[in-house]
Amino acid sequence: MSAFGKAERQALIDPLFNDNPIALQVLGICSALAVTTTMETTVVMCIALTAVTALSSASVSAIRLYIPHSIRIIVQMTIIASLVIVVDQVQQAYLFDISTQLTVFVGLIITNWIVMGRAEGYAMQNPVWPSFLDGVGNGAGYSLILLGTGFIRELLGSGALFKYQLLSLTSEGGWYSPNGLMVLSPGAFFIIGFFIWGLRTWKPDQVEEE
Amino acid sequence: MQTKGSTYTIVFALITCVICSAVISIAAVSLKTRIADNRLLDKQKKVLVVTGLMEDGEAISPEEVANRFDANIVARVVDLETGKYVPEDEIDPSTFDQQDELSDPALSRDAPKNPAQVSRLPKHAQVYHVMDGERVNKIVLPVEGKGLWSTLYGFLVLEDDTNTIGGITFYKHGETPGLGGEVDNPKWKAKWEGRKAYDDSGEPAIRVVKGAVGTADVDPHKVDALSGATITSNGVSFLLELWLGDDGFGPYLQSFRDDNGGTEAG
Repeated sequence: MSAFGKAERQALIDPLFNDNPIALQVLGICSALAVTTTMETTVVMCIALTAVTALSSASVSAIRLYIPHSIRIIVQMTIIASLVIVVDQVQQAYLFDISTQLTVFVGLIITNWIVMGRAEGYAMQNPVWPSFLDGVGNGAGYSLILLGTGFIRELLGSGALFKYQLLSLTSEGGWYSPNGLMVLSPGAFFIIGFFIWGLRTWKPDQVEEE
Repeated sequence: MQTKGSTYTIVFALITCVICSAVISIAAVSLKTRIADNRLLDKQKKVLVVTGLMEDGEAISPEEVANRFDANIVARVVDLETGKYVPEDEIDPSTFDQQDELSDPALSRDAPKNPAQVSRLPKHAQVYHVMDGERVNKIVLPVEGKGLWSTLYGFLVLEDDTNTIGGITFYKHGETPGLGGEVDNPKWKAKWEGRKAYDDSGEPAIRVVKGAVGTADVDPHKVDALSGATITSNGVSFLLELWLGDDGFGPYLQSFRDDNGGTEAG
């Protein structure tokens, strides 16, 4: 079996469009609303979530044949929680400024349903390598939506990308009056709604039956 | 899949926990000094920014931060009850940690019931003086109190009249980004400058209020609240009321005025 057979490729690529955790499964919306006001925090959050999902799926998969059925969820939670704490510590050590902006949301990766869902739904039945790829893929699917949302929100809400001012603001004598809605959480709701609309128009089989 | 007994389950759970704790401990111990350095640097930066010695977001090296801090700012330890300075040979301000005192029953006391939900008050506190030659130009007071999710830790800057607010900042909190987290938004913090901490009778009067607030001349004791963050905003009002009052820095500010700017070391 090659490292990137059909099943592996599917595990990695499917979550991007066909089975996107946010757009199709509608998981992890809470953090998608909270951290996407600027690109900087969005990128860090995406990396953190992808790392946690991939590593937790791989770890759960590695011990999947030994986990007693009755305590499997709590074992998964323990592994995920430990990884999240490690990721949080690494951020505080190397990306201190951003970690102060992300505050509770890195910790809240523990309760992010994408991570739990992949551990329980995929890693429990599949070997380590595909589970790892599945985690990376779902992290990437999450990141895709978040980066898109963050891009639109920072550009329209602050006229900047990665804190680099692109549109000159009226408050500093320019022409662009920032859209306040984009800075607030409801702005992300609208953008993600449009993403889901667009994706389901492109792939009509994702539309739920009435 | 398996039909294993409860002994297996318990042993498995124990092993999982031990491995996970080991991983967390290794990460925490190996990153501890780095994180502590980051915290100290961040705190010094916040003090420099709130006192106007550094631009917000200015990119300067950690050494430069330490240099500017040491060149302009003097840390003093204050006895909160008497309001007097504690001699440096008794408590060294460079190693003093207010949070350590809170966990020592001999060096802290139960706080009287207060809306800021501070449960213990330290015996001593660290204040920073921004020096202009020999004269104290500004006083930086550490403040803390509950917001919505977390305890807000920050600094309040008073001019040498001990009444005019020179700035406010919060260096550590866990409030919702975009809502309560806006307590560290520079635009909101700018609204504090020039307002008065106390009313004419010497009572703490500064409040965060909802609705339109005029300039510092019209509404010296009001600051516009953060939208969507009522509890965080109230928390800021409450914690200032506590720390500006008799249980906080009230006695110290009184003795500062009596000493006429505290020019003589006490």
